[in-house]
Amino acid sequence: MEINTPALEVHNLTASYNRKPVLWDIDFQLPQGQLIGIVGPNGSGKTTLLKNIMGLMEPDSGYVNMFGQKLDDVRERVSYVPQRESVDWDFPASVLEVVQMGRYRKNNLFKRLTARDHEIATQSLEKVNMLEYARRQISQLSGGQQQRVFIARSLAQQADLYLMDEPFVGVDAATEESILKLLTEMRQEGKTVIIVHHDLQTAYEYFDWIVLLNTRLVAAGPKDDVFTSNLLQEAYGGRLTVLSRIGDLIAKKDFPLRESDFKEKEGQGDG
Amino acid sequence: MDAFYIILTAFFIALSCGTLGTFLILRKMAMVGDAISHSVLPGIVIAFLISGSRNNIPMLIGAAAVGVITTVLIELLHKKARLQEDASIGVTFTWLFAIGVILISAFTGQVDLDQECVLYGEIAYVPLDLIVTDTGTILGPRPLWISGIMALIVLLVTRIGYKGFFITTFNPDYAKALGISTLIWHFVFMSLVSLTTVISFESVGAILVVALLIAPPATAYLLTGRLRRMLLYTAIISLLVSIGGYALASWLNGSIAGAMATVAGILFAGAYAVYKTKANRRTKVSFQKLPS
Repeated sequence: MEINTPALEVHNLTASYNRKPVLWDIDFQLPQGQLIGIVGPNGSGKTTLLKNIMGLMEPDSGYVNMFGQKLDDVRERVSYVPQRESVDWDFPASVLEVVQMGRYRKNNLFKRLTARDHEIATQSLEKVNMLEYARRQISQLSGGQQQRVFIARSLAQQADLYLMDEPFVGVDAATEESILKLLTEMRQEGKTVIIVHHDLQTAYEYFDWIVLLNTRLVAAGPKDDVFTSNLLQEAYGGRLTVLSRIGDLIAKKDFPLRESDFKEKEGQGDG
Repeated sequence: MDAFYIILTAFFIALSCGTLGTFLILRKMAMVGDAISHSVLPGIVIAFLISGSRNNIPMLIGAAAVGVITTVLIELLHKKARLQEDASIGVTFTWLFAIGVILISAFTGQVDLDQECVLYGEIAYVPLDLIVTDTGTILGPRPLWISGIMALIVLLVTRIGYKGFFITTFNPDYAKALGISTLIWHFVFMSLVSLTTVISFESVGAILVVALLIAPPATAYLLTGRLRRMLLYTAIISLLVSIGGYALASWLNGSIAGAMATVAGILFAGAYAVYKTKANRRTKVSFQKLPS
């Protein structure tokens, strides 16, 4: 499938840890302005894929383009949210200081942040409902609050493409919902959000597009094309419990679809 | 005046070591200073073999160079060979030290040449090592000048590069994603650590340097949750250690370096007590808040 100026293009990417291949010949394109999930079983290379996309790991072969250009040429437009566990939350920093990092650039490291930078950082905190915690030390935050701080820092970059590694891990239901709402708003503003997600149950509900991964690329496309029992079985293999759940999911998938069609028609009727 | 010289030299060194130590602790590399104190041996020997003398300057250059190599090797083993940070520190410095021992036994013969006698100074001798100009004016002790200039450089680099050190220490992956070269920042920082420790070894001895790298920032870490304040507290603690250590040494008529390291330990214990009572009070308060 060819997409006009894809937000992200991964081309024949192979990557390994200690010579063990973790990603094998991954090749896909993702469109702009969508909420996209990267889904697959544990150890399927989701995080590794994100690290290769962000240039944090050298792939063995293949390349990655964003908006048709190399990452170095479009860094201003790309933002990365690492896994929450990847940093030491006992680090002596306040919430606001961490969010302000989103305004750091290669060429302003030796300068003070401008008033505009401070304003953007504050606004970003407000968007994730964390403004009242601005002066809090980061070790005093709950898991969900830490996650929101990371997302606020990413928002402060004012990018067009966001790559987030497991933003829903260790987050309570209310926070999960508020994060999802924020991501949906971002999509409405035309941003592209790509999320590594471990939960198959919610993936169909949350995303427009899905990349199904298990060391190899199983499928990448609009969620209805990807969420078929064949492809899901291929990604998750013969795991019985998962397989029985897949049946449920596909059954569920049919129902809410019709329901949502129905709602849309209703909506048009009102307008 | 001698007391003043010793205290001021100790303070300058504690200031540089503490500032760098703050970032070492946060980067989980606290034992790097200890590693450098041993690994510089081959640098000293090679410097001696090339220059043919036990003059200070070539020794310092050799030691500082191997100090930098130490940090590069540690990083290489950690990143490329996927060895844990502490294990790669252990492997690197023992290996370099062993190379130094072999070089000594094979090439230098009867010359007394380990870092104990060549590199490690004694803080009590600071007032004896005076800079005297050609006209006969005494400019004060040489270690005082060196440590003062060094403290100035360390503070200046930390001030100018604060944001870079902050982000590459807290979240290197994120810094890289922003296009910031974590490698260059790491290398600049580690070179500064190497240079500072080697110069400090020469002025005040190894034990005190290793103590000053870790104890004051570790104490400050217990007292605050902000990096800027941690650096400020480290500076204050450095001053207390210098003055208190000297006082303790003159009272006991004992080793100055030992007394300063002891005071640093006592301050840490005090800070830990404060930290614990604070934490206890906090838990009690939150229990009271629970609905009964």
